[in-house]
Amino acid sequence: MAASAVFILDLKGRPILIRDYRGDVSTKSAERFITKVNELEETGKVSPIIYDEGVTYIYIQYSNLYLLTVARNNINSAAILLFLHKLREVFSHYFRELEEESLRDNFVIAYELLDEVMDFGYPQFTEAKILSEYIKTDAYKMEVQARPPMAVTNAVSWRSEGIRYKKNEVFLDVVESVNLLVNSNGTVVRSEVVGALKMRTFLSGMPECKLGLNDKVLFEAQGRSAKGKAVELEDMKFHQCVRLARFENDRTISFIPPDGAFDLMNYRLSQNVKPLIWVECTVEKHSRSRTEYLVKARSQFKERSSATNVEILLPLPSDAITPTVRCSQGSAVYAPEKEALLWKIKNFPGGREFMLRCKFGLPSVEAEEETQGRMPPVRVAFEIPYFTVSGIQVRYLKVIEKSGYQALPWVRYISTAGEYEIRMA
Amino acid sequence: MSDSKYFATTKKGEIHEFKEDLRSLDRSKKKEAVKKVIAAMTVGKDVSMLFPDVVNCMQTDDLELKKLVYLYLINYAKTQPDLAIMGVNTFVKDSQDPNPLIRALAVRTMGCIRVDKITEYLCDPLQRCLKDDDPYVRKTAAVCVAKLYDINSELVEDRGFLDILKDLLADSNPMVVANAVAALSEIHEVSGKDVFQITSNSLFKLLRALNECTEWGQVFILDSLAAYQAKDSKDAESIVERVSPRLQHANCAVVLSAVKVIMKQLDLIQDDALVRQLQKKMAPPLVTLLSAEPEIQYVALRNINLIVQKAPQILSHEVKVFFCKYNDPIYVKMEKLEIMIRLASDKNIDQVLLEFKEYATEVDVDFVRRAVRAIGRCAVSIEKAAERCINVLLELIQTKVNYVVQEAIIVIKDIFRRYPNRYESIIATLCENLDTLDEPEAKASMIWIIGEYAERIDNADELLEQFLETFPEETALVQLQLVTAAVKLFLKKPTEKPQQMIQLVLTYATQETDNPDLRDRAYIYWRLLSTDPDAAKEVVLAEKPVIMDNTTSLEPSLLTLLLGQLGNLASVYHKPPEAFVTRSRMAVQRAEDLAPASFEEEGPISAGASEAMPGPVAGPEVQSHQPDLLGDLLDVGEPTPPAPVAPTPTPPQPTARPPAPPTSNGNLQELLGGLDINAGAPPPAPVAPQQAGQADPFGSPAVRQDQAGGSSLRQLLTADRGKGLSIFGTVARVGGQPVYQLRFQNETAQPLDGFMIQFNKNTFGLAPANQAVNVGVIGPRSSGSASVPLVQNPAMVSPAQAPPTLQVAIRNNQLGVAYFNDSLPLPAILVEDGKIEGSVFVGSWKSLPEANEVTQQLPINIGSLESVRARLAAANLFVMAHKQVAQTNEEVLYITGKAATVDTPTQLLLEVRYSKAIPGIKAFTKSTRPDLAPFVFEALPALLT
Repeated sequence: MAASAVFILDLKGRPILIRDYRGDVSTKSAERFITKVNELEETGKVSPIIYDEGVTYIYIQYSNLYLLTVARNNINSAAILLFLHKLREVFSHYFRELEEESLRDNFVIAYELLDEVMDFGYPQFTEAKILSEYIKTDAYKMEVQARPPMAVTNAVSWRSEGIRYKKNEVFLDVVESVNLLVNSNGTVVRSEVVGALKMRTFLSGMPECKLGLNDKVLFEAQGRSAKGKAVELEDMKFHQCVRLARFENDRTISFIPPDGAFDLMNYRLSQNVKPLIWVECTVEKHSRSRTEYLVKARSQFKERSSATNVEILLPLPSDAITPTVRCSQGSAVYAPEKEALLWKIKNFPGGREFMLRCKFGLPSVEAEEETQGRMPPVRVAFEIPYFTVSGIQVRYLKVIEKSGYQALPWVRYISTAGEYEIRMA
Repeated sequence: MSDSKYFATTKKGEIHEFKEDLRSLDRSKKKEAVKKVIAAMTVGKDVSMLFPDVVNCMQTDDLELKKLVYLYLINYAKTQPDLAIMGVNTFVKDSQDPNPLIRALAVRTMGCIRVDKITEYLCDPLQRCLKDDDPYVRKTAAVCVAKLYDINSELVEDRGFLDILKDLLADSNPMVVANAVAALSEIHEVSGKDVFQITSNSLFKLLRALNECTEWGQVFILDSLAAYQAKDSKDAESIVERVSPRLQHANCAVVLSAVKVIMKQLDLIQDDALVRQLQKKMAPPLVTLLSAEPEIQYVALRNINLIVQKAPQILSHEVKVFFCKYNDPIYVKMEKLEIMIRLASDKNIDQVLLEFKEYATEVDVDFVRRAVRAIGRCAVSIEKAAERCINVLLELIQTKVNYVVQEAIIVIKDIFRRYPNRYESIIATLCENLDTLDEPEAKASMIWIIGEYAERIDNADELLEQFLETFPEETALVQLQLVTAAVKLFLKKPTEKPQQMIQLVLTYATQETDNPDLRDRAYIYWRLLSTDPDAAKEVVLAEKPVIMDNTTSLEPSLLTLLLGQLGNLASVYHKPPEAFVTRSRMAVQRAEDLAPASFEEEGPISAGASEAMPGPVAGPEVQSHQPDLLGDLLDVGEPTPPAPVAPTPTPPQPTARPPAPPTSNGNLQELLGGLDINAGAPPPAPVAPQQAGQADPFGSPAVRQDQAGGSSLRQLLTADRGKGLSIFGTVARVGGQPVYQLRFQNETAQPLDGFMIQFNKNTFGLAPANQAVNVGVIGPRSSGSASVPLVQNPAMVSPAQAPPTLQVAIRNNQLGVAYFNDSLPLPAILVEDGKIEGSVFVGSWKSLPEANEVTQQLPINIGSLESVRARLAAANLFVMAHKQVAQTNEEVLYITGKAATVDTPTQLLLEVRYSKAIPGIKAFTKSTRPDLAPFVFEALPALLT
């Protein structure tokens, strides 16, 4: 069943846009919603789906806005939440920045879009690129009357026909982010690699693409010896352009790509990888007024690679006094707003170890209530270009179009830190 | 160019300015004006008076302007149905426009205008558009059928739109198929008719469309497939084969809906190897959902909770992915915790415990408490891990953090209940922390532990004494535990000190307290101890059933139902759809024609404050109470000797946690049969209730007026049925509170005393605030009166279909128990603030489903309006409007009132139609509780004549 209405509200709950699809909820729902959210936030029981007096409120918050759907029936909540995120993307595509101001500035277009993305509470069409072919902003108003592009109802709903480029190019970025959780006793609790194949296509016509990876399952199916190069991907998720039934059949990744940037594929593997950058923080409490951190950061990848833009965030007690820092590499500053020490290392080659020492005091009078609760974890951010943790490789990217042009594929690899947390002892 | 300027104008005379601009011949000026009007509409200003001017702008080539006018129409057509007709021509014309965008726009908008007159004109264009050449128009028309069905279902059926819709399932375009599926599913669900049955033929078409349509279309199709009942294992296998590639889709909703379809078919597949393979295949996509946005993670986690209840093996190796990240929102953390408990096993418990311990030191207090509780729940459910769990709890107690210690003690009590006599060695450690306990639940738990293990604790008496010092100030929970613990201590160590203690406690609990539960329990103990200490031992120290951790597990039939709802709200709330879906239909003619006449405000107002989220799912239990209804009370009549001889041991439960304590159904028996108010010390066995009234315990309600008293009390019990006692009474509302006014006429030759009263469950949940009736002793051949204050108790609410009567039992020391029936007058529970605004009335009336409307003809004639108004007001019913229906002699009264039904008050809406010329009235009532209608009709004659 379907949604009753979509509201876009400012953070005080004042409506900026209201689109009523079913006429079975009051416009006053916005007020009820905001009262309820505030009430729940106070008790710490807030969740993205709220029930109040026969009405369900499903919402996301983005910049200074609430995107809210109201429903009276047993709606598919997963679909609605995703729809709200897609709606956010569509608006962002149209107005560049989605926030209160830009929405008010463009409310006429926004209403037009709301009419097209949802009908009678059922999500309809949320491809921003294609929408902008027939719902135009003022700057691009056409004299000729717009017609719905074929793509809206076609099997290929993400690409229009008749696209032309002088130079046909494809850029493919393989981005892997490493999620790591290390316990306070130094054991790795979980580590996981989340990868994305980010594509930017500048191709003419309706190109038929085929992507080859060093996929272990595929190699095994073909009876090829993997030579230790194949990777086993635990879960793969594809952009809607990829023919899933075909992939299921013979692991071929074939598709007609959208124009421009999109995520072709996401994958995940939870093999136990050695943490790329290891941080150890020893706390020495000499006295109440003098505490010392001794921090070691070690890079545990091959020497020919190098991590860049390394940032290590070391939490300090909120009442720390005059921290003084020394480090063997990079620079470290006290960031009181984050209650932490930020250690930046521009370039961190593989197989190296750097040190940091930090001294600070604590007020001699202890706070009335012993500050309960543990310190937040140490967080690390980094990028390692030309390197993937999983060892995934793009073997080929074939582009076939009936006009027979040659397309140039460009492939880059990079690894970054995702949720990289090391709990303090 | 920025649109925000349209919001800027707030000056006076703005409407007038709009009007002028709208009439302007300058196209751009016109368009600007429409934009301003829409801006005003958005911020909630009423611009409905501009209707004719805006509609005049409708016929234009400017698509943007057209869309704006349409938007305006959707919002205001309902308030101006007659003017809305003006637009019909343009709509019909647009629906034949050469541009498919405009054709679709016309049908789409027309379907959103919920005005009957427009709807009629919609049918022809819709018929054409359903067969349009352009798929964009067809897909829009498909949804429009559902819109039309919502407004006028007969029209859809008469015009054969359902058949056309079914034909669209075979359309060449996948998006048309998907929208047809969505529309048919909705109509199927709303109508309750069998309009959308997937056959093997249509199944094939749906599966084919699945591969080609947009992500949203895939969700519609998968959701409809979830309802499909496969014929056999082969059939199920082929569906799963076609659906499982969807698990690789980037859209999480598609993935969840695919999981739903697969889970459903899994039950039918007989090939075990295949089932295992499929389960294995579902795990990675489920895990990946946890990389999505937090809001989606929340839905995913609520769903995974259901999946692991059904098939824990799917994710049994993945407990780590549910470990909480520091920055997870709290709602995600709480759900992860639940799943960790479910997946914990003796293989992974060490890791899981380490995590829980980590969480127990975090900042968020609620989360910390949950983490501590999680440790306890693991101990209860995994026997092999119990000791490790206890060690972690002890470590946490050492932190001395107040709320951690209290929570730990609460769960340790449960561990003791699960593994009796195994871990008492830790009691000493617990006792060190008595001073930190300040929460009732923690205190009660500690007291229970002390009582239960009194013989092993050397200074148990001293420990209990500490708690006893504050006995009068404690909450009922703690007091009850103290009474029980004192009795246990006394039975285990009948030395001098415990004896004094028990004397003290029982005296207080029987004489000083207002809490009936506490008093009852104390009396029972007292009687037990004084009549037969050995029996007391058997009862109080009986072996207790071992508890299990099933507090959060769903009942299997509900679980199956919810698994079929994955992704939907039902799967997030863990409640069946009926529990939260409120149908709200707008078109209610009568209340509507009232609207323009009497009220300025407009706009739909959703159902009043009377709905609330139904509590935890009661499942079939609610129903099963019904047959017992009479039984509940009849039990009382059984002349059971109250002596506690070898009772089936239902020992007092340590706390209100599972297993549930004996339900309150038994209370009446305990009370009337088992105690005597006069005696301070344990009394001899009271006279067994005589066979009074056994022959016909529930005669028809007595309605004779009490002539003797001259008041409005009705005779409820005649002297011959009451063995010489006749009772007159009525339930009334006095001083804003329901009261039972009673008069007793003693026609026997002996004085009567010790009057007590009890009600059976009834629709309003009324119960005497106090069982004792304050009439003292009534001498022979004399009478006495009393008003018994009544309270509304949720536990006393009977299921809806109970007879609208009040079943009463009254006993006294001499004659025993007498039963009679009385009526339940509605005014007794009508509250003083039942007045509502006219607009609220209309809104509520519209938003309530038609099924809630009850009508009855009553053979009465309305008296003078003034006196009727006054009498209604005295009964807390308020006349909101009175009007003459045009061109007829009919007059209408709109009346409101608010009934203090238990949990949430019910707003009653009432319409009375009558005509001076014709005798009799017709009354319509609507509320969230249609079962209250008989009470309304019963009350009306006295109030309206």
